[in-house]
Amino acid sequence: MIPLSYYLVLSGILFACGVTGFLIKRNIISIFMSIELMLNGVNLSFVAFAAEWKALSGQIFVFFVMVVAAAEAAVGLAIIISVFRTRETLNVDQVNLLKL
Amino acid sequence: MLHLALFSLFGAICVAGAVNLLVQRHPINSALSLVVVMGSLAGEYLLLGAEFVAAIQVIVYAGAIMVLFIFVIMLLNAGVEEHTQGSRVALLIGVPGMVIGTVLVAWVLVAHSGTQEVALGALPGPPKTIGWLLFHDYLLPFEVTSVLVLIAIMGAVVLAAPARSVQQTKREG
Repeated sequence: MIPLSYYLVLSGILFACGVTGFLIKRNIISIFMSIELMLNGVNLSFVAFAAEWKALSGQIFVFFVMVVAAAEAAVGLAIIISVFRTRETLNVDQVNLLKL
Repeated sequence: MLHLALFSLFGAICVAGAVNLLVQRHPINSALSLVVVMGSLAGEYLLLGAEFVAAIQVIVYAGAIMVLFIFVIMLLNAGVEEHTQGSRVALLIGVPGMVIGTVLVAWVLVAHSGTQEVALGALPGPPKTIGWLLFHDYLLPFEVTSVLVLIAIMGAVVLAAPARSVQQTKREG
C-alpha cells in the first residue's frame, strides 16, 4: 500500500527537474527534452489520481497527453532543424533575433 | 512492503535519471537519461495497475519519441553545450528556487493531504475497458486528436523541408 501523496511528490520532483532544466539548459534540444520530462511528471499524477478515484478517465487523458507530446515533438524537432539550418547553432543565447 | 520497495526502487531510478538529465552537458547523454526516466515511470504505472499506459509509455514515449530525439541529435551533430553569463545566473537562481519549491510542495502533500492509500492493482484497467472508453465516451476528442496529428505531420514536413526546395516550389507554383 503506497499513499497517493508519494506518487504526487515523485510527480512534483519530475516536474521541478523539468522546469529547472528548462531554465538552466542552453542547448535547444535539451530544453525540449526538459519539456518532455514535465509532461511525464504530469502523466504520473494523472495515473495516480485515476487509481485513487477508480476512474479510468485519467488513463485516457494520459493517452491524449502522449499524442499531443508526439505531435509537439515532431513539430518542435522540425523547428529545431530549421533553426539549425539558418543559424548554424543550437545555443538559444545566439538565437536572439526573430529576423534572420 | 514489496510495493513500497518497488515504488522506492523505480522512484529512485526515475529521480536519478532526471537529475542526470540536468547535469549532463551533452544532449545525447541527456536523451539516454530521459529514456531511463520513461522506463522507470512505466514501472510506476504497472504498480498503479495501469498496464495499458505502461505499455504505451514504453512503446510510444521511450520508443518512438526518444528515437526521434536521438535521430535529430545525431543529424545535427550536436556537441557539448557552452555556458554563458546568462546561463550562470539562471543556474544560481533557478536551482535553489526549484529545490525550495519542490520541498514546499512535497511537505504540503505529505503532511496535509489526508488521502487514502493506493493498493497494488486496485484499478482494473484492461485494454478492453480503455478501448471502450476511448471509442465510445471520448470518441470526439479522439477524432480531434487525429486531425491534430495530421496537422503536425504537415507542419513538420513543411518546416523541415530544405529552404531550396521551398523556393523551388514557390517558383514553380
